[in-house]
Amino acid sequence: MNQGYSKKVLEYFLNPKNLGEVKNPDGVGRAGNPVCGDVMEVQIKVREGKISDIKFKTFGCAAAIASSNVLAEIVKNKPLENAREATYKEVLKELGDLPPLKHHCAILAVQCLKKAIEDYEEKLQRNN
Amino acid sequence: MRKIYFDNAASTRVDERVIRAMEPYFGSKYGNASSIHGFGREAKEAIENARKIIAKRIGARAREIIFTSGGTEGNNFVLKGLFFSNYPRKNHIITSKIEHDCILNACKWLESLGARVTYLDVDKEGFIDLEQLEKAINERTFLVSIMQANNEVGTIQNLKAIGEICKKRGVLFHTDACQSFTKVPLDVNKMNLDLVTLNSHKIHGPKGVGAVYIREGIKITPLLHGGGHEKGLRSGTENVSGIVGFGKAVEISSRKDVEKMEKLRDILIEGILKIPNVKLNGPKGEKRLCNNVNVCFNDIEGESIGGYLESKGIFVSTGSACASHTLASSHVLRAMGLSPQQINSSIRISISRYTSEEEVRYFLKVLPKIVKKLRRFSALR
Repeated sequence: MNQGYSKKVLEYFLNPKNLGEVKNPDGVGRAGNPVCGDVMEVQIKVREGKISDIKFKTFGCAAAIASSNVLAEIVKNKPLENAREATYKEVLKELGDLPPLKHHCAILAVQCLKKAIEDYEEKLQRNN
Repeated sequence: MRKIYFDNAASTRVDERVIRAMEPYFGSKYGNASSIHGFGREAKEAIENARKIIAKRIGARAREIIFTSGGTEGNNFVLKGLFFSNYPRKNHIITSKIEHDCILNACKWLESLGARVTYLDVDKEGFIDLEQLEKAINERTFLVSIMQANNEVGTIQNLKAIGEICKKRGVLFHTDACQSFTKVPLDVNKMNLDLVTLNSHKIHGPKGVGAVYIREGIKITPLLHGGGHEKGLRSGTENVSGIVGFGKAVEISSRKDVEKMEKLRDILIEGILKIPNVKLNGPKGEKRLCNNVNVCFNDIEGESIGGYLESKGIFVSTGSACASHTLASSHVLRAMGLSPQQINSSIRISISRYTSEEEVRYFLKVLPKIVKKLRRFSALR
């Protein structure tokens, strides 16, 4: 098995469908730090209170790429209030777990998403 | 899927001829070399034959070669054995910041016992500064230990120049030649070497065997006490089959292998550097180990490059924090001045005499696509 990851992790890592950029994003979140290894940025598009599109940009290992990809899948088309509640445990569950040393990758993805939602809401308030 | 093994600095495939040479020492010639009967004598003879081959390759005498379990034991033996035979009169060791962990961690442990250790800096290509070395030597220095070639970036130090300084200043000179043995010329007399660490599994020999050259007359305390094997310097029944395999591996290694690897290494370097925003870590040309390539792919992470390569059947090593089970990033690349981000973006490709040009071409075809894909969704761009 490639680098000791589960088949599911590898599938998300090698064929990421939710990585890249969203056109004219409504919210952007960034988390992590290259010194410790991983950096993520997420862009979201919001329509009628739902995340209508979401894309991650990830600098990191297979676990980081898979985690961000899966989180995007979990929250896509979900209302913001549900998306905000997404936890790293859901990410791990969906991936069929990660090595304990890599759990921080799932945590980072969740933090990143929270920042994007906050960014969206701040912009919304400013515009009102 | 076919497998392309580009991690020969980690370990190598055992040569068929080595396996054949070792085989009789399991099932039929299984005697203990210390026994005086026929079984013992044939084992002893086999060990002495290997000892001669290895000694000859480095310009030493057979009696100056002590067999060990490998590079880690050899380096520990040299550092600790010399510390115990010199302390407290002398307590100072000079080494470099880019040595293998078994040198650095043995030094750290010796510091807790009263050793003083100077860790020399290296420049951006990984070379030590000879002036800094000479200035660091003082009246309590008993040893200078500098590796011949670095395992991560392949930098080959100027052992002849270091040896001259050590001789002039009357300190012992040791080199860890685990990565360079049979690849870079090593002559203990021309280089004024007093001690050398060698191992077998990096040169298509078996794991679990190595050797230390100790110049005749040097006082060193053994790590292992027991039945007095290896002139009392390394007790324990000799690993006869391993030693035989090690000897065979040395015997069949040739200059031709080195030339072949140099050619493929340069095709690799040239091909990889065609990808935009890529930097070679370590020197180019003859000062670089013939089988080592180490490159930094800015903006993408080494482990993910490694993962994509593995999905294509190619096996490399990463210098990244994420790749190892410790999450500690490469101390070698750090000492050469790379940023944490650059360290995390670096991979090592290490070839062997079995590597074919076709494998290299396949790798060079696959790699740019992977880099492009990973960069497209990197958060650093």
